[in-house]
Amino acid sequence: MSESTKPAPEPIILAENLYKSYRRGSQEVAVLEGITLAIEEGSFVALMGPSGSGKTTLLNLIAGIDRPDAGHLIVAGTDITRLGELDLARWRARHVGFVFQFYNLLPVLSGLENVELPLLLHNLNRRERREHAMVALELVGLKDRMHHFPRELSGGQQQRVAIARAIVTDPTIIVADEPTGDLDKVSAGDVLTLLEQLNQDFGKTIIMVTHDPKAAEKARKIHHLDKGVLNSN
Amino acid sequence: MELLKLILRNTMRQHLRATLTILGMAVAILAFCLLRTVVDAWYAGVSAASPNRLVTRSAVSLLFPLPISYRQKIQQVPGVQQVAYANWFAGVYIDERHFFPRMAVGPEHFFDLFPEFLIPDDQLKAFQKQRNACVAGRKLVQKYGWKLGETIHLTGNIYPGDWQLVLRGIYRGATKTTDETQFFLRWDYLDEVLKKDAPHRSGYAGWYVIQIHNPFESAAISRTIDALFKNSWAETLTETEKAFQMGFVAMTDAIVIAVRVVSLVVIGVILLVLANTMTMTARERMNEYAVLKTLGFGNGFLFCLIAGEAVAIALLGGAMGMVLAFPAAHLFAQEMSTLLPVFHLQWQTLLLATALCFAIGLLAALLPTWRATRIRIASALGHTG
Repeated sequence: MSESTKPAPEPIILAENLYKSYRRGSQEVAVLEGITLAIEEGSFVALMGPSGSGKTTLLNLIAGIDRPDAGHLIVAGTDITRLGELDLARWRARHVGFVFQFYNLLPVLSGLENVELPLLLHNLNRRERREHAMVALELVGLKDRMHHFPRELSGGQQQRVAIARAIVTDPTIIVADEPTGDLDKVSAGDVLTLLEQLNQDFGKTIIMVTHDPKAAEKARKIHHLDKGVLNSN
Repeated sequence: MELLKLILRNTMRQHLRATLTILGMAVAILAFCLLRTVVDAWYAGVSAASPNRLVTRSAVSLLFPLPISYRQKIQQVPGVQQVAYANWFAGVYIDERHFFPRMAVGPEHFFDLFPEFLIPDDQLKAFQKQRNACVAGRKLVQKYGWKLGETIHLTGNIYPGDWQLVLRGIYRGATKTTDETQFFLRWDYLDEVLKKDAPHRSGYAGWYVIQIHNPFESAAISRTIDALFKNSWAETLTETEKAFQMGFVAMTDAIVIAVRVVSLVVIGVILLVLANTMTMTARERMNEYAVLKTLGFGNGFLFCLIAGEAVAIALLGGAMGMVLAFPAAHLFAQEMSTLLPVFHLQWQTLLLATALCFAIGLLAALLPTWRATRIRIASALGHTG
């Protein structure tokens, strides 16, 4: 089969008419207004837009940590809008890796233990968990600092541990909310290179929210949101 | 295992707050153990009562004595094995503050009826031989440094006079809960003196202690004894030794209730303190709970994490309190040996204190767990504590 006749890859994320609003006092504030979106497997997508445009809300819906008011959202073949709390939590553990702006590592656990944490929900013994976590830390270049606690690591190193935690379960998608928002230029560059590498070398689907145009340049596709409406680029 | 590690590391995360709460818990459990032991000590006489002993006293009041002639009649009642008798002697040793129970007892069978008082045979014989002899408990002898053969001076109040008694025996308790602070002189010596100084008061016993063959016959035997003296000028009331002792405790029921209430208040206060600590802790960690939920951990895991920490703090403090309770109880027992002669920390008290620590930990975790499980992940991830 030639390149031109090759069928388009199946979307791993399919959002149809997503609506989401929040109540602020007595007022209902619409955040997402009928978002329809398809993201293919193995793509690296950036969600951009001004503050309050709804990009983080959209990311939260895709990651299954918030629910839409209306619409359908099929991620990795599952309509996650139909899942109950417990099933949704299990689904997240299996399919989603999270990278947050402020790393969100548990301060009482070492880097290695933080990376091992999501594996507690998988059917692995202690030795297997340790092996998986060490591979993930090696991948982000922090194997030599695996016994350090978050307070003993720089911001960039903490974010790399967070990325190792996100990939250790081999999730279907990785969602990153402003992953470079709290980092200096050099560290931000390292983190973006790492995400790019995960996408290109390991075929990971990455959806990243960012304000930073330079960070967005690393993505293969950029979606702009403005006042809850999507303008694809 | 990983959960346990996370719980233990979280427990000492806020060093000062955790240490203060643990110390508070230790003080509360120490107070609880001591107060429970006070109540146990209060009931020591009841606990030590034998099921095959009955006590016969005046139906009107313990203040009214019974004729000594009743002894022979009681002895004839079927089912009765032995009968002993005693008088409350009271008196003063040194001054009023040096209180210990002093009783005049019939020397022949009294110690046969109380096998929990262990007295060497030669000393018992010496007591039975000498009219002004006396026997004292081991703790009492230790406290006052008495020696066998030493003369002990008592100033009589119920029975006036200067009483010079020679210590001929020292008994020790068969168990840890036996009162070793009692003092016995001979009833016949008391009666002999009364015959001379106050003849109208001689020939009376304060109460009779009756040993029966079968404890299941105690009610029938009691009725038979009381029927013997029905319509006489000195009617009797016979009851089990336990009921007799309970009668004394009932007189001070209000104190026991107050002690029990105080021990519960102490537990209530520490429960609120721990609940407050855990609520503050959980509020500061909402972001972490949101992260755990994001990763897929359920509400059960959060409950284990928060309740585990609360129980760990409660148990650490509780264990410290229980360990401290031993020397504290020892000191207390020394200071209060005459008022509360049987003051021992019992294993039931320690078991109850441990169970309370668990319960306090779990209850203190309820509100913070409820809050943690209700958080919206999306909004809590922005929570900075």
